Formats: sequence, C-alpha cells, structure tokens
Amino acid sequence: MSLDSREAKAARIRHLLETEGDAIAENTRGFNQGRYDSVADLADYEELRDEARAIKEDAIERLPELVAELTETVEANGGTVYVAEDAADANRYIADVCEGGGADRAVKSKSMTSEEIEVNEHLEARGVDVVETDLGEWVLQVADETPSHIVAPAIHRSRESIADLFNERFDPEDPLETAEELTMFAREQLLDRIKGADVGMTGANFLAADSGTMMLVTSEGNARKTVTVPDTHVAVAGVEKVVPGVEDFQPFVELIGRSGTGQDITSYISLLTPPVQSPTVDFDDPDTPITDGEVERDFHLVLIDNGRMAMREDDELRETLYCIRCSACSNTCANFQSVGGHAFGGETYSGGIATGWEAGIEGLDTAAEFNDLCTGCSRCVEACPVNIDIPWINTVVRDRVNRGGDDGNLDFLVDGLSPDAEGEEGSVGEGRGGDGTPDLQKRLFGNFETLAKVGSATAPLSNWAANAGPSKRLLERVAGVDSRRDLPAFQRRTLVDWFRQRDASGPTDPDRRVVLYPDLYTNYTLVERGKAAVRTLEALGVGVEVPAMPGSGRPPLSQGMIATARGKAESLCEALDPYLDANYDVVVVEPSDLAMFREDYAKLLPGDDHERLAANSYELLEYVYGLLEHGADVDALSTAGDGESVAYHSHCQQRTMRLEEHTLAVLTECGYDVTTSDAECCGMAGSFGYKEQYYELAMDVGENLGDQLRETGADHVLASGTSCTEQIGDLLGDEPLHPVELIAPEH
Amino acid sequence: MTAASSEAYDQFAATAAEYGVELTRVPADEATEAIADLTEDPAVGTPLPWDGVGLPEGVSTDPTPAALDGAVTGVTGATLAVADYGSVFLPGTPAGAEPVSLFVDRHVFVLRERDVVPDMPAAFDRLGDRFREERASGILATGPSATADMGALVQGAHGPKAVYGVVVP
Repeated sequence: MSLDSREAKAARIRHLLETEGDAIAENTRGFNQGRYDSVADLADYEELRDEARAIKEDAIERLPELVAELTETVEANGGTVYVAEDAADANRYIADVCEGGGADRAVKSKSMTSEEIEVNEHLEARGVDVVETDLGEWVLQVADETPSHIVAPAIHRSRESIADLFNERFDPEDPLETAEELTMFAREQLLDRIKGADVGMTGANFLAADSGTMMLVTSEGNARKTVTVPDTHVAVAGVEKVVPGVEDFQPFVELIGRSGTGQDITSYISLLTPPVQSPTVDFDDPDTPITDGEVERDFHLVLIDNGRMAMREDDELRETLYCIRCSACSNTCANFQSVGGHAFGGETYSGGIATGWEAGIEGLDTAAEFNDLCTGCSRCVEACPVNIDIPWINTVVRDRVNRGGDDGNLDFLVDGLSPDAEGEEGSVGEGRGGDGTPDLQKRLFGNFETLAKVGSATAPLSNWAANAGPSKRLLERVAGVDSRRDLPAFQRRTLVDWFRQRDASGPTDPDRRVVLYPDLYTNYTLVERGKAAVRTLEALGVGVEVPAMPGSGRPPLSQGMIATARGKAESLCEALDPYLDANYDVVVVEPSDLAMFREDYAKLLPGDDHERLAANSYELLEYVYGLLEHGADVDALSTAGDGESVAYHSHCQQRTMRLEEHTLAVLTECGYDVTTSDAECCGMAGSFGYKEQYYELAMDVGENLGDQLRETGADHVLASGTSCTEQIGDLLGDEPLHPVELIAPEH
Repeated sequence: MTAASSEAYDQFAATAAEYGVELTRVPADEATEAIADLTEDPAVGTPLPWDGVGLPEGVSTDPTPAALDGAVTGVTGATLAVADYGSVFLPGTPAGAEPVSLFVDRHVFVLRERDVVPDMPAAFDRLGDRFREERASGILATGPSATADMGALVQGAHGPKAVYGVVVP
C-alpha cells in the first residue's frame, strides 16, 4: 500500500469514527453484552454449537444432493425452484416473474442475499417499484445508504439523524422526534405500500430439504405481511442455506438471536412451507372476505450460487458457508465496534466473516479493501455459534492478497529490511508461491524477529536511532509505521543471555522441569517479565531452562505470510522436541504465542506435532495456578499489602483460550483486589496499531479500555500481552506490568 | 393434569410474562368470557380448533381486508407453546389466522395447557411431521412485534403491540 493510499484510508476511517462511530459503538457493544448474558442462560450452549456446526458441515458436504431434494419437495408442494448461477441470472429470473405477473410493486423483507445481487436496482430498471419494509432497511432506502451491519443495517444512524431524515423527506405535520413516533410513522407509510404490493420478496435463513419449509428470523412482522398479503412470494437464498431436515432448524432457533442481538429468541420465527395456505389479502377488493374462494399463490424459490459452489471446493473458504449471518463476529470485534461495516465490510457483507464471503463472491480485490481490519484477536471464534475459525479465513485471504500484490517497485528496500521475505526461504515447502510478495509494511512487521535480533545487538543505539525524528519519518513514509508511536525498546542483554550468565541456580532435583519459551518480546524487549517468570517458577520448586529458541511465527502469520510462519513453526517444533521427549513442560509468557502452539499450529504442522506441543504448553499464570493447586506455597511469592488493588486487562487470545480466569485466581490468591476490563481488545493487536492508516482507529478502540482502567483507580495496572502493554502505556502514559512481575519474589 | 405439564405451564407463564404476555388460565367453559374480557372492539378472529371453546359474540370470522385494517383485536388459536422460551406456535390457516394475528394492535391467542412442551427440541419433535405431511406453516411468536431500528425499543413495529393468552386445560 502506498503512502497516498495509506493516508486516504486513514482519512476515510477518521471520517467514519467521527460520523458513525458513536452510534456503532453503543449498539454493537449492547448486542455483544446481550450475547454474553443470553448464552450464559443456556445450559447446553456448547452442545448446541456443536450440533449446529455438525449440521452445517454435513449439509455443505452433501449440498448438491440436498439442493436436488429441496427442489423436488418444493415443486411437489406447488412451488418453483430456480438455481441461479450468478447475480445477473437471478435478477433476470426475478424480473421475469414480476413481469409475468404484471407486477408494479414488490415489497421486501430484509435479505442480505438480495443486497448481494442488487435486485432492487435491477427491478427498478425494469419498471418495478421496490420497497424495503424492514424499518432499518427502509431508512437506508430513503437515505440512499448501504447497510453498516448485517443484522441491524441502519445501526450507524442515531434516532436524531433518522428523525432529521424523515422530517426533511416527508415533511409531516408534526415533526417526528421519539423512536415511538418514528416507528409508527414508518409502520403507516409501509402498510400503505404493502397494501398495494403485487410481489413479496423475502430471504430465507434456513431451508429444509425434507419438507420445503423455510425459516425466517425477524422481529417486526414485516416479513409476515410481505409473505401474506400479495399472491406471489419470491424467496432469495444462497444455496448454502439448505439443511437436511426441518428438525435441524432447532439448534439455530436457539442460537441465532442470542448470538446476534443478544435476544434469547426474536419475536417471530416464521416457519413457512410455501406456497402458504393462508388466504391473500387483496386491499383493492376491501369488502370481500379473504376466505372467499380458493387460496391461489405462486411461490418461487431462487437459490443463488454466485461463487458458493466454488467456495465449497476451496478447503480454506469452505467454512464461510457454515455462517448463519448472526453478526456475532461483528459485534464482538473491537475494530468493528469503532468503525462499523462501512469500513469493515465489502460490497455486501461486513465484519470478520465478510472476508470469506467477499473473497468468494466478489473476489480478492474486494476482500483486500478491508481484510486488514481483522487483527486476528480471535474474540469472534468463541462468539461464532458455528465455531468458524474466522481469523484463519482472514489470514488465508491476506496471504492470497499478498501473493497477488504488486509493491515490487520497493524490492530494493525490502531486501535490506526483511531478508526472509515470504517465499524466499529455502526450507519452506510452499516455496515462491505466485508472483507477488507482501507489501513492504507487512514484510517489515512480519519479519519482527530479524528486526529484534538486529535491534538488540545494536541497542541502545538502535532504539535511539529508530525513535529519532528522521528515522521515524522515514519509517512512516516508506513502511507506514506511524510516527506517533514509540517503537519497542530493544534490550542489549536478552533474557536468554541473562539466564545463561546469571549466578543463581534453581532448585536441586525438582519434580517438574520447564522450558520457559523466550518469545521475541520477552527475550528482546520486555525482558523483566521473563526474569520475574524465572524467579516465580523457581520459587515454586520448578526447574527452569531458557534456551535460545526460534520465533513462533506469529508476526508473519499476522501479516498473512503463511509459508514463512509455517517455516518458523517447523523450526521451533524441532527445537522443542528434545525437551518434550524429556518430559519438560513448555511455559509461555506471551499469550499470542501460546495461541500459536494451541490453535494456529493445527493449520501449520502435522497433527501429531501440533497435538504434543499443544498438550504440553501452558500460559505462565495458568502454570502457576496449577502449581498452587497442587500444593505449592503461595507465601513463596510476593503477596499483596492490605487492600492493594489491581486493574487487569487480559489478552484477547488469552481470553479466547479461556485462560483469563487463571490469572485472576492467582492474583486473588496472592491477596490482590482485582478488577478486569471487558474491552474485547486493546486496539494495538500486534502490529495493527503501529500502522499509519490504522493508528487513529487503534487509539479509538483503546480509549474504551483506557477509560475502564482509569476508572478503577487501582494501585497497579497489569496486562499479559506485549501489544496490550504498549497500547496501555500509550493510553495511560505509564506501561503496565505483567502479572508475574507483581507476584514474583524479590531477587 | 400431570405434574409435569403443570411445571411446564408455570415456566411458560413466567417466561411469557418477561415479554409482557399475560396469561389467563380458565376452565374451557369460561374461555369465551375470558377472551371477551381481553377484547377491544372492533375484533376479528378465526374459529378455534377445539370443541367447547368458542369465540365471543362480536368477534367476526371470515374478515374482509377492510375489517382486518380496522380491527383492534385479533383472536386465533395457538397449537403449541414452548415453556422455556415463552413462545407459541401460531399456525397459518385457510381461515386467515396469520393476517388476523398480524394486522391488529392486540393479539389474543387461545392455547390448551396440554400443548405446552418444555423446550425447543420437544417443539420440533411435535412440529416436524406436520411440516412434512401437512405442508404446515406457522409462526413461532414470542411477545409482541418489536424493533430497535429507530433508536430505542418500540413494540408494534408492523405487528401487534400487545399479546394476551387464554389457556384452557
């Protein structure tokens, strides 16, 4: 990405932060908290997720067969099925249906798939008046805007801005002001339009192959009117919406509202087996009972491929088809909470999973526009009701974008800055895939290991040089490193050197031996937390080794440099092997590296290698917790004074691994009064907050956390992750400690 | 009445109440009066599918579009309720139960207590064959119509603003 496009992107984000950020933040955070509360009430939540996942896996596996079965069932029921290859094909068919019935007006209930094919524009060009009847969609239609959220499309608009819009556009006798007035006004306006409708269009959240039943998840009742009033019903759905049986709807009924807007269930779950047996309501004939005569209805199910069958064949994108469009991944995403779908979205879809949808439907170029906004924090993984590895889809698409990129004109600089640029490592199986390489900014951050080694060897000179004005300006201009950030200070003496050279020795003949993994940050920059970890473990009777080890591959993976990350993973696995053979446990300070060992390596290493490392690796405080549970004496640690308090921000990936609780338990056992933040992410997220184009977004995300930490007024602020430490340092003006630095015994 | 069904009823009543849905539990022969008490005129309805439970006078069936448009109350049968969600299943019928329960401000559903099932799996067990064999359609409705699209939660977005239930044995 060039300097100009970085600056343009920063300006676009700044504009959205100013104009839409407040409404988006309030609404998405409300939905997100609602999700936490609602799923907590569900005793069998995890079982339902597993069940939902299994249904989608099976359905996508057998999709062609299920589409054939559904077609047969719907046709036996008296409907018509049309499988459209692409948007144009679908639009042509729908327009023909309208024209065939002499339709002047189609009313629609909310459907993202119909947004995807842009059917409104197409029908209007063919002379059909199209009216959105979902209140949020109607606001957008009146304002000529696009959805900023897949479930609540007008989430970026406040009540005041909707009132201004309606008052200006419709000039009502009494100006509209309250939500109640706005809703009743819209209801009346839309009822008028529904009364004169010839065709009703809906989407479908799910379709049962065995009965031809469709499920629609709504709250307003507009979908019900859309289906009931006119005699022609057109349902538009992606082919991936088909499930085998109508009983398969059940886990989704229980999950979809909770996951999305935090409602246990929405007001209306329509379960329709069209053509429905309800009489039509012909308002042009107001005095004839609706029950007079036979019910005559036409039903057209338009199933849309538009890239989906190819996604099904794509091992990395296939999971996208399991998505039920609940919006959990949007609401839980710290970046989305700040900017919404107008920045974090493509042509149609928004939020974390949108990268998969847009890459599959529109292509890589569209996905590339917003894919960087996924920082891989992983908070969406546990939020997703079908457990889609959304960060991985983002990483894969980033990798593909990198390989198709064209920043080759900067190669002369890259050679100097990042010698192991993606695709150039001889040991890497994938070799030089494709023509492209990641852009310079990604290569710089992706090769943090090289930077750290050089930086440490030449510290403190390297720190002075990197943070001096001219260097910062150069880094910003050439590589997009924001000059408002201080770069991490490299320590001349690494953790590994300190450990090798120290006089002290650990416990003799210990029961447990660990390798304390010297991650790049603990080894080169935040060395004190590493020393505190050694003191803590030894005080609890553990034998500790801190051998030199390769990086985990987290930095390149974050930049979508999968081949480089895989190379690192293989090297590290090889280096750790002898220790695992000798029954050492692996203790990890940096949560994002532990997440590599436990989660990401499943995608990078052979199954056995990953499983052994995952099973024997522990987050530092998780390990301390285990030692204390097994009889180690807490008095060997540094404990709290009377009423000493802590404000703690757990790392995003640490929370996804369900490891926040262990740190809380240890701090509490050490006597601290602990308050935690509920911010999903600090905003820094690895290198994200260093990037010039995202600096302001990262700081906006961070402010949510900063406010929470300030409010506690605690004696200590603690954070487990490196990027959280840097971000909180920038927000509060003082770098937080790692929890282990608080509990470690004195020297 | 079994203990199990009473337990399911109590849970249904409690959950429905969270959505503002009040239930009136009466013997079958008092249902008509209970419905009448909840009805504001003009009212439309569809015949209730059980013997011995009738609509009050003044609730007209076979409504015209004009009657639907002008009605304040709609009375229809609910053939299933899900206790832990406070939801009822409102079958769409050729008699027009769907528009009758939708175009009004007040919806009154009539339910048999024996049709209250504890949870969603039990509900789908009951409904599955009806979809497959009878080509059934219906709405699993929980509380009144609602929207938050205009900046705050408002009831009665396109459908009823208030929902009441009359439950017979």
